[in-house]
Amino acid sequence: MLSTLLPEFKVERDDKRCIRCKVCVRQCGFETHQYDEEDDEIISSEEKCVGCQRCAVMCPTNALTIKPHDFGYRPNANWSKDNFRDLARQAESGGVVLTGSGNDKPYRIYWDHIVLNASQVTNPSIDPLREPMELRTYLGCKPDKVEYDPKTRTVKTEMPPQVMIDVPVIFSALSYGAISYNAWKALLLAAKEAGTLCNTGEGGWPIELRELSDRVVAQCASGRFGVDLDYLNAAAYVEIKIGQGAKPGIGGHLPGEKVSSDVSLTRMIPEGTDALSPAPQHDIYSIEDLSMLIYALKEATHYEKPISVKIAAVHNAAAIASGMVRAGADIIALDGIRGGTGAAPKIIRDNVGIPIELALASVDRRLRAEGIRNQASILVAGGFRNSGDVIKAIALGADAVYIGTAALVAMGCTICQKCYTGICNWGICTQDPYLSKRLNPEIATRRLVNMIKGWSHEIKEMLGGMGINAIESLRGNRDHLRAVGLEQWELDVLGIRGAGM
Amino acid sequence: MERLILSEKDSVEINADGLFYKDMNKLMRDTVLANNLTNAKLTNVYGQRYIGTNMDRSIKIQVYGTPGNDLGAFMNGSTVEVFGNAQDGCGNTMNAGEIIIHGSAGDILGISARGGEIYVKGNVGYRVGIHMKEYKEKKPVLVIGGTAQDFLGEYMAGGILILLGLGLKEGEKHKATFIGTGMHGGVMYISGDLDKRQLGKEVGQVEMGDNDKQALEKYVGKFANYFGYNAGELLNRPFAKIIPTSLRPYGKLYAY
Repeated sequence: MLSTLLPEFKVERDDKRCIRCKVCVRQCGFETHQYDEEDDEIISSEEKCVGCQRCAVMCPTNALTIKPHDFGYRPNANWSKDNFRDLARQAESGGVVLTGSGNDKPYRIYWDHIVLNASQVTNPSIDPLREPMELRTYLGCKPDKVEYDPKTRTVKTEMPPQVMIDVPVIFSALSYGAISYNAWKALLLAAKEAGTLCNTGEGGWPIELRELSDRVVAQCASGRFGVDLDYLNAAAYVEIKIGQGAKPGIGGHLPGEKVSSDVSLTRMIPEGTDALSPAPQHDIYSIEDLSMLIYALKEATHYEKPISVKIAAVHNAAAIASGMVRAGADIIALDGIRGGTGAAPKIIRDNVGIPIELALASVDRRLRAEGIRNQASILVAGGFRNSGDVIKAIALGADAVYIGTAALVAMGCTICQKCYTGICNWGICTQDPYLSKRLNPEIATRRLVNMIKGWSHEIKEMLGGMGINAIESLRGNRDHLRAVGLEQWELDVLGIRGAGM
Repeated sequence: MERLILSEKDSVEINADGLFYKDMNKLMRDTVLANNLTNAKLTNVYGQRYIGTNMDRSIKIQVYGTPGNDLGAFMNGSTVEVFGNAQDGCGNTMNAGEIIIHGSAGDILGISARGGEIYVKGNVGYRVGIHMKEYKEKKPVLVIGGTAQDFLGEYMAGGILILLGLGLKEGEKHKATFIGTGMHGGVMYISGDLDKRQLGKEVGQVEMGDNDKQALEKYVGKFANYFGYNAGELLNRPFAKIIPTSLRPYGKLYAY
């Protein structure tokens, strides 16, 4: 069948600069560039290019420019390029259109409409370079009240298990299997060095990496891949995954091609078979059932670890979150509509769920109104790009933030959205050994730690500017937020005032 | 009656009457670890959950009464023998060990199990064996004496599921429909009347081989031994071998 798809990207090669070194030919896993020996020429098949910029970055003479192709059809606000392309792919295959990474549609990004406060004249700002500044955060259920015995100078209240993080930023659920071994190892090492945590996703936790770090969140998802007592007890906390922002309501299919022998060992399934994560957890059809799994995991970990429950942010998130807390969750994680994925049906990624800002504000308000906000920490995920987003989320009520895409970008990802193909020229989202060895775990670790370090400094500067010296004083402190360009209903949901008010 | 009786034979008996599951399980664990025991007997069990879940060493647990949901969840090597019926979620994500039920069991028996063996004398509920998986030699095994409700072996990714149909009357068919829906690994052996329309669309019946007979001899033999049946008589009944028609049932779903 003739494909009616036009190339997405234009490959421009400056022939004066090109030295025929063939780096571009070797670097492209999609086989965009081919060397023609007879004519001593490199020919680029633009329809194969995904715009990941690997060849352009690696080209020693900067001979390559990759840019979005001018889409030659008559401009049409309704029939965008994406609509054309997806429909053509379906007409040619009859299948569900897949994609990777997070929602790229222009939904309102509320972080970009919220501004922070700073001290001027009437209250002193704090200089974090001179004064101690506390970013340390404890995740877990906090007791309703703390009883102190002044005679023995001890706290009488029995404290539920807590997990300490030095910075309120955690690497989100990225499974080994979706991402390469080197990428996963880098997240693990970086989490340890930066005093934070990484999350196994649903891909298990390779045995040999358990000795390197215990700063890991062990996820228990509907496929239960790699879940056993050793795995659960090795973790900092355990997370029940109900849903994911990129694909609320559906499960996951790790294609058989990505189930290599190592991945099959970690997930404990045969090599080459599809790893199917069912849409629901089949032992959870209600809040009562959720409670049953939460307490099964508490029994399995001897009540020594917090149990988290992660859901996709959906319309009734606040009511569901209330149920989750009452079911015994010590941490609740919300993943918004901009959350990333290794593979998801595009129609779901782009259309299902709600923005994390609105979900966070409504969940935090609901739990406060019901007097149970202390019973669970709130983690939020879904499109966090910088420390400004993080600090605004904390002021809106979050305890900490999960970052997935931002961590991948720190390692080299350029968000080409081809994660679902199993080919990643940056060596991150692939199991192909030729490609995955491109990612040096030590260098990737350094890049991740640098990012966390930079964000920490920035958060401290912003905190100091507000005259606050501990992140927990900002938590849920909406007085430090103002909105620009939002409607009244949005202000009501967010619980903040417009700028100037 | 006393709450706790320690016997000389490495064993403890716990009267679970009125005990909250958390306290009962902790009492059993603490007593077993403190005294280096190998056996525990729980009496007057009324719905206490998660029995065997918190044991990270292999012991033998006898349960008298009715254990609650998630019996043996995440269990890693212990043996639990139930003199009564089990509820839902028995053997949830079990890794190793054995569960023997002298009665019937509820829904999602063996859900997501990775290993271990479960023997049920009577009938079982819905979605039994759902998403069991296997890795090389490590395979979960379910042997069920009676019949099962719908979606038996749904999403099954590995393991062995044996359904004997012993309680069925002459000409009566198994209860389950949609058997093996979404199944993409493992094998089911079903004895007793079964209509083709009771099978899900991802599975089919194939001829038995020598390996199948060996597996049946081993596990049906153990079943007969546990519940007082004649193994030879059970094995002489005809078995239908049900396997998935594809290891990748949803491979063609997507437009790449």
